[in-house]
Amino acid sequence: MHSIPGRRLIMALFLVFLLLPIYWLVNMSFKTNVEIVSTMTLWPHTPTLQHYKRIFTDESWYSGYINSLEYVVLNTIISIAVALPAAYAFSRYRFLGDKHLFFWLLSNRMAPAAVYALPFFNLYSAIGLFDTPWAVALAHCIFNVPLAVWILEGFVSGVPREIDETAFLDGYSFPRFFIKILVPLIASGIGVAAFFCFMFSWVELLLARTLTSVQAKPIAAIMTRTVSAAGMDWGLLAAAGVLTIIPGALVIWFVRNYIARGFALGRV
Amino acid sequence: MDKTVNQKAWFLVLPVFLVVAFSAVIPLMTVVNYSMQDTFGNNQFFWNGVGWFKELLDPSTDLGGRFLASLGRNLLFSAIILAIEVPLGIVVALSMPREGWSVAACLVILALPLLIPWNVVGTIWQIFGRPDIGLLGYVLNHLGLDYNYVSNDVDAWITVIVMDVWHWTSLVALLCYAGLKSIPDAYYQAAQIDGASRWAVFKAIQLPKMNRVLLIAVLLRFMDSFMIYTEPFVVTGGGPGNSTTFVSIELVKIALGQFDLGKAAALSLVYNLIILIVCWVFYTVMTNAGSERPAKEGVA
Repeated sequence: MHSIPGRRLIMALFLVFLLLPIYWLVNMSFKTNVEIVSTMTLWPHTPTLQHYKRIFTDESWYSGYINSLEYVVLNTIISIAVALPAAYAFSRYRFLGDKHLFFWLLSNRMAPAAVYALPFFNLYSAIGLFDTPWAVALAHCIFNVPLAVWILEGFVSGVPREIDETAFLDGYSFPRFFIKILVPLIASGIGVAAFFCFMFSWVELLLARTLTSVQAKPIAAIMTRTVSAAGMDWGLLAAAGVLTIIPGALVIWFVRNYIARGFALGRV
Repeated sequence: MDKTVNQKAWFLVLPVFLVVAFSAVIPLMTVVNYSMQDTFGNNQFFWNGVGWFKELLDPSTDLGGRFLASLGRNLLFSAIILAIEVPLGIVVALSMPREGWSVAACLVILALPLLIPWNVVGTIWQIFGRPDIGLLGYVLNHLGLDYNYVSNDVDAWITVIVMDVWHWTSLVALLCYAGLKSIPDAYYQAAQIDGASRWAVFKAIQLPKMNRVLLIAVLLRFMDSFMIYTEPFVVTGGGPGNSTTFVSIELVKIALGQFDLGKAAALSLVYNLIILIVCWVFYTVMTNAGSERPAKEGVA
């Protein structure tokens, strides 16, 4: 009974509010540019796939998606790989400076990307990583590694420590215990952390745009560039936008029950 | 839970420490370095001491004026979106269906805006609000309202605020929903026996139980709105004039637009310091939230 009068109406109105702008974007992506500019139509009267076709056949467009996915996946792998042992350490042990370190990690999750844009540009240019997926993947670690540590720490703490002790008594070495026992136990937590790393790396633009120029340009940056150059190709812009929503929409389903936990950094 | 003291745990933390140190400490040191110097191009740098900081904190200078103005706009923006998103998020969470497939459907649709790249969020609202090709702008103008976010300050603000509400209210709603779900049914049954009104149930049971998640939601929303860059940048570009230029936008203008490294670095550090202070509050709340606070009665 945790509900209020008129809840169906409120929920329906809110969902409509959420979906309306997305509907408009999808609607536009199927229209010809002539139809977009000349008339106001609620659905495409002359539906066309030309914008999607252009994106999937023009290399300067689809390479943007590949570039984005490349650094997002790299970043997710790095983040989870380094965060797992740390999450275990924070959950199980007390050590010199642990609380300070934990806070320092969080403060990096909260640091404004705009502060780091310029120094990152200098740093990655200096070490020759500029305009590679590695630069963006490493740069995004600044907020994703802390996030992964926080989320995973919550999940590791949910595993009773008797399990560790039993495993060690049974003669498991630490690495073997970690891979054979702990990782399978917190598999869902790893999934959630990976999802959030994927997502925050996917939605970020400022750093990704600053650290790339030609070779590794993310789709988000290609969108902004083409808009100004091609004299507003609205249909193409809309189609590119729709295609960036799809990866997120596909994976939400798997983590729908953990979304709140992830956003609360594992603290719900 | 008792934790054992084990200094070897540092080895487990070391990879994280190195990665984050590489991507946070080195750049931050560069910023500190720049903030003390002036440059006239050609990679020639001159010692400037605390000059930039003095200028930054003095509203009568150009830099200080711009910083304070963008800071004020940003705080106002954060205050407005918190005032809208938190109550709305609570109402939406209370309106969630109880069970069945509609729960999953609602959760997925709620989460959808959170997963859209931020510049696409900007693009969506840029298109949606245009009087010529956007549904919202078109309808408003045909209702006789003179709505144009490109030329009118108030309209630009409304657009940016509605966009943020659209983008992030779901976060508050999802967190509150998670809090509400943790309330045992027995509480409601007890309330029913006592004949408690809807409002009394909300005030005495639901709100206290949501306390923790609400704090998290408020702090997260404050921090993220305080750092907002991409969405307003795409929609309004900081305009019309400077009316929607928030701190991050101002910073990027100075750093990457004018390449005024010293000024940008000084601004970055002050900006970071503000975030750090809020972050400390956040951390204290988060780590204390796990343990219920029995000692509190005695204090007040």
